[in-house]
Amino acid sequence: MKLAITADVAASLIPDGASLLIGGFMGVGSPHRLIDALVKRGAKNLTVIANDTAWPGRGVGKLISAGAVMKLVASHIGLNPETQARMIAGEIDVELAPQGTLIERIRAGGVGLGGVLTATGLGTLVEKGKRIVEVDGKSYLLETPIRADFALIAAKQADYYGNLEYSLTAHNFNPIIALAGDVVIAEPQTIVPVGVISPDSVKTPGVLVTHLLERAF
Amino acid sequence: MDAKEIIARRVAREVKPDMLVNLGIGLPSLVAHYLPKDVHVFFQAENGVIGLGARPPEGMEDPDLTDAGGSYVTAMPGAASIDSAMSFGLIRGGHLDMTVLGGLEVDERGYLANWMVPGKMVPGMGGAMDLVSGAKKVVVAMAHTAKGGHKIVSRCSLPLTAVRRVSLIVTEMALIEPTDAGLALRERGPGVSLREIQDATGAALIIEGEPPEMQLG
Repeated sequence: MKLAITADVAASLIPDGASLLIGGFMGVGSPHRLIDALVKRGAKNLTVIANDTAWPGRGVGKLISAGAVMKLVASHIGLNPETQARMIAGEIDVELAPQGTLIERIRAGGVGLGGVLTATGLGTLVEKGKRIVEVDGKSYLLETPIRADFALIAAKQADYYGNLEYSLTAHNFNPIIALAGDVVIAEPQTIVPVGVISPDSVKTPGVLVTHLLERAF
Repeated sequence: MDAKEIIARRVAREVKPDMLVNLGIGLPSLVAHYLPKDVHVFFQAENGVIGLGARPPEGMEDPDLTDAGGSYVTAMPGAASIDSAMSFGLIRGGHLDMTVLGGLEVDERGYLANWMVPGKMVPGMGGAMDLVSGAKKVVVAMAHTAKGGHKIVSRCSLPLTAVRRVSLIVTEMALIEPTDAGLALRERGPGVSLREIQDATGAALIIEGEPPEMQLG
């Protein structure tokens, strides 16, 4: 069983300079209370790996606005002019990766694979500096695995074992990053007694979850 | 009928029953409005839903249900919500029947550039590289020219999205099919002459016989 902790306590566990995998797609399915607590704590020099930076004032965008991010790996920053401005000013080191490649690199890191071979990015700027591997006469880019110190997850519902259930398009990166963080902090909207979530509905088994945030309300 | 509607109506005719289709944000998303009523298709939003439905009435939005542009949507009966690895597994694994994307440039090889303008616009590729590399059929839906400048060119000057030949280019002036021999003009836009199309195109067009005018559904 896990005791639910507050967002402030969770944020205090994450040191400056840590690398974070953060769930969400344009803020949908992002751990908003954890992000707010990190901003409140004044976190610095974070490496953030996430699909996108939403927009200023939303989701990962709040960490960008707060100047908490030193390095960013993402697939899309187009809706956040502040990320682009800070990238151009050299304040944030941004690595852009195709979305499918990014999620598979994280999955590889999470499931113990040495990398991913994919045709996505071949012959484009994404190819730069990467090995090309031929398998059965077809060329692929070798994309390396990604792990991080922490994975910050948003879920619809948890039980006190940390089993997680997600909602609609709020799954996105969450079930995958749960495998790839050394410490996994889950932020559920609600917490129910053990046994309430059907085994078939559990998308992230509680054994992967290190810390459980208290319910939202 | 404005240019966008012509393009969306013509692309809609490429959508066949029971296809799994991904529509990009902006112009490509308009295609959904022009499908015949009796044609059932599965629309995928790469952030994690198959069976994407229309925008919900105001006040009935679900914060956990958006499309890849972050707009509120609904899920059709029979819809499935999926995580990003499954979503891009469908795209990269050849399970997506058709993708419709916008374009900045397409060249004589049928290569698309649509994700950045160096020094001006660096939004990130999001899912575009995966979609163009992995979908069975890739349709580029775009205006024929940009402020008088050619978008269909002999060689893309902008960074490529993929080195995979797209299936079709649909503009308000023409329907063009990239082939081994080059860009084949298959149809003319409503009321557009061959001369006008050639003047508006920065690449050689292969014209066999008298290409018919587009049929718009």
